[in-house]
Amino acid sequence: MPTDGVNKKRRRFLVAATSAVGAVGAGFAAVPFIKSWNPSARAQAVGAPVQVSLGDIEPGQLVKVLWRGQTIGVLRRSEAVLDRLPEVDPYLRDPDSNESEQPGFAKNESRAMKPEYFVANMHCTHLGCIPEMIPEVGPQPFDEHWWGGFFCPCHKSKYDLAGRVYKNVPAPLNLVIPPYSYLDEQTIVVGVNPKGES
Amino acid sequence: MAKPASTLAKRSGSFMNWIDKRLPVSAFWKATMTGYYAPKNFNFWYYMGSLALFVLVLQILSGIFLTMNYKPSAQEAYASVEYIMRDVDWGWLIRYLHSTGASFFFILVYLHMFRSLLYGSHRAPRELVWVFGMLIYLSLMAEAFMGYVLPWGQMSYWGAQVIINLFGAIPGIGGPLTEWIRGDYFISDATLNRFFALHVIALPLAILGLVLMHLVALRENGSNNPDGIEIKEHKDENGIPVDGVAFHPYYTIKDIFGVGMFLLVFAFVIFFWPEGGGLFLEPDNFVPADPLVTPVHIKPVWYFTPYYAILKAVPDKLMGVILMGLSVGILFFVPWLDRSPVKSIRYKGAWYKIMLALFAIAFVRLGMLGMSEGTPAQTIEMRVWTFVYFSFFILLFFLSPRGKTKPVPERLTH
Repeated sequence: MPTDGVNKKRRRFLVAATSAVGAVGAGFAAVPFIKSWNPSARAQAVGAPVQVSLGDIEPGQLVKVLWRGQTIGVLRRSEAVLDRLPEVDPYLRDPDSNESEQPGFAKNESRAMKPEYFVANMHCTHLGCIPEMIPEVGPQPFDEHWWGGFFCPCHKSKYDLAGRVYKNVPAPLNLVIPPYSYLDEQTIVVGVNPKGES
Repeated sequence: MAKPASTLAKRSGSFMNWIDKRLPVSAFWKATMTGYYAPKNFNFWYYMGSLALFVLVLQILSGIFLTMNYKPSAQEAYASVEYIMRDVDWGWLIRYLHSTGASFFFILVYLHMFRSLLYGSHRAPRELVWVFGMLIYLSLMAEAFMGYVLPWGQMSYWGAQVIINLFGAIPGIGGPLTEWIRGDYFISDATLNRFFALHVIALPLAILGLVLMHLVALRENGSNNPDGIEIKEHKDENGIPVDGVAFHPYYTIKDIFGVGMFLLVFAFVIFFWPEGGGLFLEPDNFVPADPLVTPVHIKPVWYFTPYYAILKAVPDKLMGVILMGLSVGILFFVPWLDRSPVKSIRYKGAWYKIMLALFAIAFVRLGMLGMSEGTPAQTIEMRVWTFVYFSFFILLFFLSPRGKTKPVPERLTH
């Protein structure tokens, strides 16, 4: 490249300025490609709220429904189960759900709007497997002092019957409580919080 | 090239002359094959690179034919793979070549990398050969992972669930990031479709480009050898390394013999043991994907299990992911961690032999534990071997400048 009579400073500036403008242009051009990976309008529409009728659920029964491809469990708990919840507090990583994910109305001991009906995203917070419900109290192959709860077969994470995670298991947090609200006494809508809650 | 007077051009007469004036075929052939001198003492370990290249070609060929019948949709994927296996003429062979070929690819790549640790092939001036090799290895891992999702069996589905959720451990952006990767709120048709695109177009292109760079960087300085010394330091009057032999015909013949032996083993496995006893194709993947039922025991395919064991060894999710990423990432720095004055294990002291042996055992043992159920005793063992795995790199950095060495010969030994 000939350099006689060249204003090197100006050449450097022009090269830098052209490169910078080109880089910004490339950045903007990348946006549509990156955004095309977001959930599409159809995927968002399919993610609409789901209704669950509570009338058919027996005490102790766990009903599973799909919402946004996630398994949502609705468990009807007896008074005895609810009374036992505080007893396991010392063995839990986050008994008061301070770090865990739930709507404000479920940040309590039973992690539910109405303690009788426990609504939770059933996917283990470790890597998304679905824990089994083992409600029986008593020694289990994986735990000598089992209080009843959920046990993940993938990596042996344990939760109590309010979806609160035990200490010393791979899962970091309590089961996620999805947004939900009561349409009437006997119907829950998963995916929508009550008015005024977020 | 003003005077392309290579012997090949002369022999094949005016036609080659015509071509060479327009495309430097003879000059290229000479520079990379007949006029490229490689050390004459290559041993068994030096088969792995050319065999890996052979399997890459095989994967691309079989892959192209699989796409002719495979349907990348959540509704049809599983059935289309079964259709290939049962109804397409020779479809089973093409599919097994591809699925079992993936496992063989990794066997060869792991042996190829181990060869480098034995003889110091990554040391200066060949660091970039190693770095491009590592980039190939990373792309290959992504390629294999996405390929495993395509049959849309239970292990495809739940394996993808576990691996994508690893990104969810990143604080702040984890949730939106996993959503962006999946293209949905769960692993779905959108995920499968984009993984298909990446598996058949994007990653193979990247791998081919990286293999090209790997080879160009290799040809620049020439191959290392089991003695870890430079053959270019002793040249005859024509400027040819005295301890070198022309790559073609000597090593092309050797490599073709290697391909023959490899095919003997490979064909046996394809015909009589294509699923590798559940190692190459896991039993759970013969059940169609079901988002509502988690398989009892989720584990990745064997070539990922060493890293999976490191993930499982850590009780904290984010730390586990970080340590797993580190266990792969640290390999990039091996050329700079090894500061020993000699390259080859032949002239390093017992310190390196013991370290490398422990490292290899740790890698294999972690691989076995990564497939296991993860009892408390196994978890403790995972932690021990994870510690051994990382100790290798740290000790390498501190011991290599001080560790005992033996005198290196001037010329190649046999």
